[in-house]
Amino acid sequence: MTQLIGILEEGFIYAIMALGVYITYKILDFPDLSVDSTFPMGAAITASAILAGMNPVLTLFLSFAAGALAGCVTGLIHVKLKVRDLLSGIIVMTALYSINLRIAGGRANVPIFSQQTIFENGFLDARIPSALAPYTIVIILFLITLVCKVLLDLYLKTRSGYLLRAVGDNEVLVTSLAKDKGLVKIVGLAIANGFAALAGCIYCQQKGFFEISVGTGTMVIGLANVIIGIQLLKRFSFIRSTTAVIVGSIVYKACVSLAITHGMTFGLEANDLKLITAVLFLLILVISRDRRKKVKAHA
Amino acid sequence: MLKLNHIDKYYNAGTVNEMCLFEDFSLSIDDGQFVSVVGSNGSGKTSMLNIICGSIPVDRGTIQINGQDITQMPEYRRQRRIGRVYQNPAMGTCPNMTILENMSMADHKGKPFNLLPGTNRQRIDFYRESLKSLGLGLEDKLHVKVGVLSGGQRQAMALLMSTMTPIEFLILDEHTAALDPKTAEVIMELTDKIVKEKHLTTIMVTHNLRYAVEYGDRLLMMHQGRAVLDKSGEEKAGLRIEDLLEQFNAISIECGN
Repeated sequence: MTQLIGILEEGFIYAIMALGVYITYKILDFPDLSVDSTFPMGAAITASAILAGMNPVLTLFLSFAAGALAGCVTGLIHVKLKVRDLLSGIIVMTALYSINLRIAGGRANVPIFSQQTIFENGFLDARIPSALAPYTIVIILFLITLVCKVLLDLYLKTRSGYLLRAVGDNEVLVTSLAKDKGLVKIVGLAIANGFAALAGCIYCQQKGFFEISVGTGTMVIGLANVIIGIQLLKRFSFIRSTTAVIVGSIVYKACVSLAITHGMTFGLEANDLKLITAVLFLLILVISRDRRKKVKAHA
Repeated sequence: MLKLNHIDKYYNAGTVNEMCLFEDFSLSIDDGQFVSVVGSNGSGKTSMLNIICGSIPVDRGTIQINGQDITQMPEYRRQRRIGRVYQNPAMGTCPNMTILENMSMADHKGKPFNLLPGTNRQRIDFYRESLKSLGLGLEDKLHVKVGVLSGGQRQAMALLMSTMTPIEFLILDEHTAALDPKTAEVIMELTDKIVKEKHLTTIMVTHNLRYAVEYGDRLLMMHQGRAVLDKSGEEKAGLRIEDLLEQFNAISIECGN
């Protein structure tokens, strides 16, 4: 049971980030590595802001805004300075590593235990019945994820959302509609990185600390979530891709969790997490055959 | 009035592969004119369209619309008053979006793409009517993704979408070349109908000499970056395919093949 709750908790947190990766990878067809640094940026901002006495709910919005700003920078580098998509992401990722350390006050590790968070605060303590107490975190995470998903679904149905989908589908048409395709890409990257930073913010509050290396491999996890979800549920056309991404995140976390618990017997340890992540991702890519189009397009 | 003034265009400028396409090329097209452009491969037909639309920059010269210099205007801004249909039917539509979504986007051209609902439900009947005029049965497939449609169906939609909002110029880049003869005929008749209804200034590049002779009120034959033949009005009406073929052969013999 504890393992299941743990899977759901982490699954939901990474699902929010994966919604962002879904925008860049599936909609924009842009391999955006900047999420590797916007995720810890959300965490760094949250840790600093909470220690400074900020309301934990406000940190959610602050992180999203900061992530969106970083996404804009990636977009501007790509669109205005004409740097390749992958390289633009790498440049921002590298630069943000230092900036994240600065935000965290020069420390690679900032604990915020015993501070008020969105999961532990006076408001909740007074209202949640003790029987539900063990599930508080997972319920809150579920609600936040749901809100993010619904907002994204709604956005994709607006005129601006249509344009975002069009730019990944057929750039020429966007130009024909007398719209600047570069600007549309920047907007997409901003939303995507906003989600990544929001996920980092929630991660920080749930774990109770910020850690600089927490972002390594974020993009790989996000891609794995998106691909698993969409491959797994592609037969059910009535299920939205955003729902599929959330399901994919939970399935992926379950796989990793099982790999670690059962891997102990083969001498695997927690430090092997990234290795497991990479191997799982490779397996998913090979099985799903999703790589073919991308390899042609980006290799 | 569309004017190209003394255009120079080089490819690979400054290298050993430098190729001069246009040198001091000028052209002016009156409002409401329907110009058919024919010519051999590499004669500069598509490059001319790309220069007008702003897809490629020019090395010298200016482009004017109604006296306004648009040489430096980015491509997407020029598209505000230009509708363009490409040779490749996939270029004019979004394959992963539904017919309705594609139509809605085309309908919003020139308006802000903000957070209002992407599809205006009150306009659905209008979209259905326009699709019905194509006679391809698309009006019953509003929620089908465009990617599953045939090339002809997509091209018909692309034509419809590019002429849905008020535009001044219609640019057709071999838009029937990828279609089978029957569909090409349907699309061509549709083009003519739309051009006449909306009084659009039209430039149509085609390899089909019959279309060039039958449609439009002016004919250009391009060769090595020059217009070797430019007939309009009475002269154009009297042109026969044989005359064009003769001219074509003359050009080819000049080239030595």
